[in-house]
Amino acid sequence: MNGLTFHRKIEENTGLLIFGILFVSAIGGLVQLLPVLTQESLETASANTRPYTAVELTGRDIYMRENCVVCHSQQIRPLIAEVERYGPYSRAGEFVYDRPFMWGSKRTGPDLHRIGGKYSDDWHRLHLLDPRAVVPNSIMPAYPWLAERDAIETGNITNKLTVLRRLGHPYTDEQIANAEADLEGLTEMDALIVYLQMLGTGFSEEDAGMQGGAH
Amino acid sequence: MQAVENKIYQDKIVIRLIQFSVIWAVIAISVGVYIAAELVWPTIDFGQFWLSYGRLRPVHTNGVIFGFGVSALMATGFYSVQRTSHVTLFAPRLAWFVCYAWQLIVLLGALSLLAGWNTTKEYAELEWPFDIAIAIVWICFGVVFFGTIAKRKIKPIYISNWFYGALIIVIAMLHVVNSLALPVSIDKSYSAYAGAQDAVVQWWYGHNAVGFLLTGGFLGMVYYFLPKIAGRAIWSYRLSVVAFWAFVYAYIWAGPHHLHYNAIPEWVQSLGVVMSVILLAPSWATLVNGVMTVSTAWEKLRTDPALKFIVLSLAFYGLATFEGPMMAIRSVNVVSHFTDWTIGHVHSGALGWNAMITYGTFYFLVPRLAGRELHSTRLANLHFWLAFAGTMLYIIAMWAAGVSQGLLWLSIDSIGELSFDFKDIMASMTPYYLLRLIAGLVFLLGTVLMAYNLFMTLKGQRAVKVTPPAVDPAYGVNA
Repeated sequence: MNGLTFHRKIEENTGLLIFGILFVSAIGGLVQLLPVLTQESLETASANTRPYTAVELTGRDIYMRENCVVCHSQQIRPLIAEVERYGPYSRAGEFVYDRPFMWGSKRTGPDLHRIGGKYSDDWHRLHLLDPRAVVPNSIMPAYPWLAERDAIETGNITNKLTVLRRLGHPYTDEQIANAEADLEGLTEMDALIVYLQMLGTGFSEEDAGMQGGAH
Repeated sequence: MQAVENKIYQDKIVIRLIQFSVIWAVIAISVGVYIAAELVWPTIDFGQFWLSYGRLRPVHTNGVIFGFGVSALMATGFYSVQRTSHVTLFAPRLAWFVCYAWQLIVLLGALSLLAGWNTTKEYAELEWPFDIAIAIVWICFGVVFFGTIAKRKIKPIYISNWFYGALIIVIAMLHVVNSLALPVSIDKSYSAYAGAQDAVVQWWYGHNAVGFLLTGGFLGMVYYFLPKIAGRAIWSYRLSVVAFWAFVYAYIWAGPHHLHYNAIPEWVQSLGVVMSVILLAPSWATLVNGVMTVSTAWEKLRTDPALKFIVLSLAFYGLATFEGPMMAIRSVNVVSHFTDWTIGHVHSGALGWNAMITYGTFYFLVPRLAGRELHSTRLANLHFWLAFAGTMLYIIAMWAAGVSQGLLWLSIDSIGELSFDFKDIMASMTPYYLLRLIAGLVFLLGTVLMAYNLFMTLKGQRAVKVTPPAVDPAYGVNA
């Protein structure tokens, strides 16, 4: 029985064809995904990485809603130029509370993984309201509506923390109980800025040593 | 009478899906042109959240892939599976449900993206209620398609159906696994995977949505319509068997090349490189098969706009499937990653390959379905040149932009300092972005001409009634 005679069996049988496609296409995924999904080091937080607070999480959800990730990556590659430009390269352990990951695929604007602490809150406020007021050639859109909306209206923060706890994020009962109060009086812009200011601060020198530095 | 009705191919649904596909093409490409303009004049969102770049961008990509692309694949899949099986569609009512439910998902999905419902997973941005609806409609699509194959009168299942079948099965698998999430509310969920693990799952999905939808699905179109239009049998059956299984096996491994130098295990990246380069073989095997099939029918290129589109689409298919593996190599990727080169690569595929093969197929199909000649061959020829010029201009602009970004970002002077400020590199992109906007407009203009041309061809016509021909006893199911 040569190859083509064997193939005739598959191409004359609907069930065999379906099974064949499913089987052959599943192999690569299984080999790549299963080890990655069970690799503990990818789920272990870096020393300074902790779950997002209620305000940070709300800020992150606003970042998702406005889809900032289509123009800003959050992933510094271990290359000299990138480390010089943005700071220490990104480690897997810094992202264990990121659901979903937001590493991005395009840098129309700069990488934001280590944006935290680089500019003042006021700078961010001005920049979000009118990017060209602080960066003359910027092609970033303005986000005036963020200043007019209350952070508490962004979504049900108590539900969010509860769902994340179910997914394994170590929130305490107290954090969940206080979540709404934490958002009280803040605009969406405030929450987004709090998120931006904590971005990349989960890095610790300890991790850098552990991973043997840039290579 | 009923018995006769049952023997007529279900072609009304093909026409309806082609109409939806063309409408989505015009809408989604227009959105693309608009966001291209926003990158030149950032204030033209007028401070309106629903006109903001971040919200419109997934409307563009979802509209093109799931509106234009999937509607075209459903239309051509339903058309060809009936012809290659010598039977009418299985469960025609279910097929109509699939047709309209899918349009509703794309339409409401687009509105939900404008409203800010967004998982931010590329090409899987729609939130969980849509994910569930997509899964259900997709399974119904599979039932209609495989049901038709199961009741076929021709013993061998024709090659094009393997590709449409792979599209249905693999996309279902990818969609279900990648979309797993815990809902918070109707408009919000959190991914079942976090961080680096989520990244690997997402690009296993993202790359293979390109692989099995935009490549595999449309290869189904090639295998049925190219031999039809050229009037020649497919050049090598043996090559198509080898190319198909190699394609199904190899494509799925290539996802990690989207994550080079990112915080995922190095072996996963390396495996991604190796398999991406290997992928060139099955991709080009199909290219060779296609080109050799047309090779004795070149004279038809002078007169048939449909064949012109399809032959050009094969050229861009060859280009994109060569460029992809090259960009997957780490030393190239280090320059191309995060730049407009990626956008150019995607568009050499989406405009040059997907849109052109579809346009060619529609120019061939619609006159046949309407039972009269194409309204204007001259307009179709004009469209061909607009599409060609638009695509070339687009990818040249993005190559130039992408390669400069990649090199300038990495550039370091003699004392080890960065040579350029990010802001200055960004500002220097304006001429390229303007060129890209013009390219998009030219391509859009061609698409609008096609929409008019096809509309005039169909106007007032009913679907021609076609019945399955007699089955050659050598190939019959009972042979």
